[in-house]
Amino acid sequence: MSSIVEPTITTTSVAALVKDTYKGKIHPDWCPGCGDFSVLSALQTALFELGLKPHEVLVVSGIGCSSNLPGYINTYGMHTLHGRSLAVATGAKLGNHELKVIATGGDGDGYGIGGNHFTHTMRRNIDLTYLVMDNQIYGLTTGQTSPTSRKGMKTKSTPHGNVENPINPIPLAIVGGATYVARGFSGKQKHLVELIKGAIQHKGFSLVDIFSPCVTYNKDNTYQFFNPRVKILEEQGHDTSDFHKAMGKGYEWGEEIPIGVFWKRTDLPSLEEHEPVLDEGGPLAFRKLGISDEQAQLLVSELL
Amino acid sequence: MATVDFSIGIGGEAGQGIATPGDILARIFARRGLNLNAYNAYQSIIRGGHTFLTIRASDGPVRSMGDKLDVLIPLNQDAMNRHLRLMGTGTCVLFDVDKIKPGTAAEGVQLCPLPTKQLTTGNKLAGNTVAIAATLQMLGVEFKALEDALTRIFKRKGDAVITENVGFARAGYDYATANFKPFPFKAPDLGKGNAVLTGNMALAMGGVAAGVKFYAAYPMSPSTGVLMYMASHAQQLGIMVRQVEDEIGVMNMIIGAAQTGCRAMCATSGGGFALMTEAIGMAGMIETPVVCIDVQRAGPATGVPTKTEQGDLWQALGAGQGDYPRLIVAPTDQLDAFRTIPELFNLCDKFQCPGLVLSDLLISEGTASVDPKELNFKTKIDRGEIIFPEAIVNGQAQNPFGGANDNAYLRYKNTESGISPRAVPGVMGHIHVAATDEHDEDGTLISDEFTNPAKRRMMVEKRARKMEAVLADIVPPKLVGPETAAVTLVGWGSTEGVIREAVEKLASEEGIVANQLAIKWIVPFHADEISHLLVRSKKIIVVENNHSGQFARYLRSETGIAAHGHIRKYDGEPFMPHHIIDAVKEQLAGKTELSVPTHEIQV
Repeated sequence: MSSIVEPTITTTSVAALVKDTYKGKIHPDWCPGCGDFSVLSALQTALFELGLKPHEVLVVSGIGCSSNLPGYINTYGMHTLHGRSLAVATGAKLGNHELKVIATGGDGDGYGIGGNHFTHTMRRNIDLTYLVMDNQIYGLTTGQTSPTSRKGMKTKSTPHGNVENPINPIPLAIVGGATYVARGFSGKQKHLVELIKGAIQHKGFSLVDIFSPCVTYNKDNTYQFFNPRVKILEEQGHDTSDFHKAMGKGYEWGEEIPIGVFWKRTDLPSLEEHEPVLDEGGPLAFRKLGISDEQAQLLVSELL
Repeated sequence: MATVDFSIGIGGEAGQGIATPGDILARIFARRGLNLNAYNAYQSIIRGGHTFLTIRASDGPVRSMGDKLDVLIPLNQDAMNRHLRLMGTGTCVLFDVDKIKPGTAAEGVQLCPLPTKQLTTGNKLAGNTVAIAATLQMLGVEFKALEDALTRIFKRKGDAVITENVGFARAGYDYATANFKPFPFKAPDLGKGNAVLTGNMALAMGGVAAGVKFYAAYPMSPSTGVLMYMASHAQQLGIMVRQVEDEIGVMNMIIGAAQTGCRAMCATSGGGFALMTEAIGMAGMIETPVVCIDVQRAGPATGVPTKTEQGDLWQALGAGQGDYPRLIVAPTDQLDAFRTIPELFNLCDKFQCPGLVLSDLLISEGTASVDPKELNFKTKIDRGEIIFPEAIVNGQAQNPFGGANDNAYLRYKNTESGISPRAVPGVMGHIHVAATDEHDEDGTLISDEFTNPAKRRMMVEKRARKMEAVLADIVPPKLVGPETAAVTLVGWGSTEGVIREAVEKLASEEGIVANQLAIKWIVPFHADEISHLLVRSKKIIVVENNHSGQFARYLRSETGIAAHGHIRKYDGEPFMPHHIIDAVKEQLAGKTELSVPTHEIQV
């Protein structure tokens, strides 16, 4: 196995970057009290603390309340289609692998309609950071069940209670091939900043599933629900390199719900490191177009 | 004028080794400078079924599979039973006498039984080699051409295999010399070599010439050949090739790559295209240029995966919800496919919109010869108004990173042309969001709390305005043939060649003066030019490979001109010239306004 060097983050002249540098053009239109405010702020803080220049970061979202995030942060952004952020982000990362590409969205966007891309993006271990603002409800469509809604939960589309089992993103991601799997909580912002910084610095696919309560439509999974339950893994001496312990922690749900980094491995190359086309020459997007006369002659000679 | 024009049909079951002898024959003819068309009728099956490869060669233009067969090589009894009835006077049928009974042939058909077992000393794989050796002998091709071809093909297997196969070929060649009557003509050697390629290879090579750096696909017949070409040349040419989990992912992924500044392309067939359409609308909305090839096959749904059709015209016209500018082009043959891709990329870059290519199985899996000089990879490249990091002009600006309320750069600036300079991620001072929600000039969403009818109207009109200038950049279609013709045959895309042959044969064999209008550009559409040409036509007949007359309907919607007659084929097989000729004759005689030719070859 090849040894992986932690990516070096270029720190620009500190004078040029202040935390407000990452403030977007408009104020978020989320409901007052929405957990997503905290995620946005944590992401801005993480970028600032890592000294990443805004023009070197691309934030790609799908569709949904949380997917409005790119409009609220001063980096390059793409606000794509419902469920497609990871596919678009993958193309963007391969097109310019020098960009820091961060995908954001909600549980419906990522685990529901985007489930197929989620599965396949993880197994590729492409160097993307995926922040899922998991509120266990469809908010923008005014309160229907989501792939992470708990069994029995009453929503507008399940008025007699949800009869389906929810997805558990943590074990799914560990088994699926993600190499950095974490869970955060909007109510623990400082902790969340560290999780996001770790995810951005991780070379490979990183998932941070974030409990980000919907104060309007989810009366089950509220701040009051999570606050007494969340237990920070980093304070418990959890070994993130132990697969079985990570899986076990991922399944814990009840009076104690673990948050923090469950699983991390740095011994696997990321997709870009696997691709000989990216070995040299800089980003594909900036390379010269066309082929040499010798290459053209070779292609034609194959046809003769 | 052509002095020779002959066709060879090889039939058998999938897995019997039809592709290799087909390839050997095609390359031998092309190396002599002959023009070539090869069409393979096959089924969605890996072993078994019936595959029928038709190779036509001539020293004159070859624009379709033609109308007749001169040589039939049935590799099993089924192929003999199916096709012997197609063979007429002057033709010959070569078959393994140990395996196949010929049945009753028409008068003047030379039956050529080959004692294959004896000639190949029992080697079961060599039967096809014996048959093509005998065929080449009868066509007056010197043995060395075949020896060279076999040496090339078996090079990797070593000298022993080469010697053995050349020996079998020699036996077949000599047997034909001693026992069969050669054709009265010889396949000439024109002293210059032609290149041989399929349409899928041409489309991929067009992408290479255009500077495609990112290619993604999900395998789907009959478009997979583009992926195979790209994948096998990716490392050598520095192209990122990805096989993606589904076509939704494919289109979204190439848009991501294109957003960063790559030229990005994908190919699929109708079903995959259907999955891509929402994202094609995204490319329209965020004004990111991508090229998507739809290699049409017989639909709907899974349809007939290995058969051709021109059935996706309205799917392309209606791809994605809402109104947005897109370009749609239907290349007319393999060489045109090669040239179209770079031209389309230039237009997509200039007008910042998706470009759709309507190929079909006939072009994409069909094989043609081209003069290698025509495969010019040094094509013009125009990236349009794109801003790369090298072009930093405001690196000294007070706020080099942009930020809150900084409107120094407007990604979707409402310009007179509708085209707004496009900065790619990584450029300082040009930060913006590319959003699929309706957005303001700076990229800010106007669809949520800021909904604003005036801004929505402005942005719809800005995008739409881009299309006004496209027509001036592309060549309008031309009428081929005399203006005073009795009938004008209108087609689009892949039917150009077969219609041309039909027009020529109508004149030379039937005394009917026809002309032809072949349409390549669907969107934008040269409505004025086309109307101008067609209002003077005595009789307009639209020829197309679908059931409902999709192009005839489009022609009427864009020009108000309703065709007088229709020739439609939707049995999965392409037109042959005589299908069109017979239909024109019956329509000129007033017998019908809709002809649906019957495909006589049982495949």
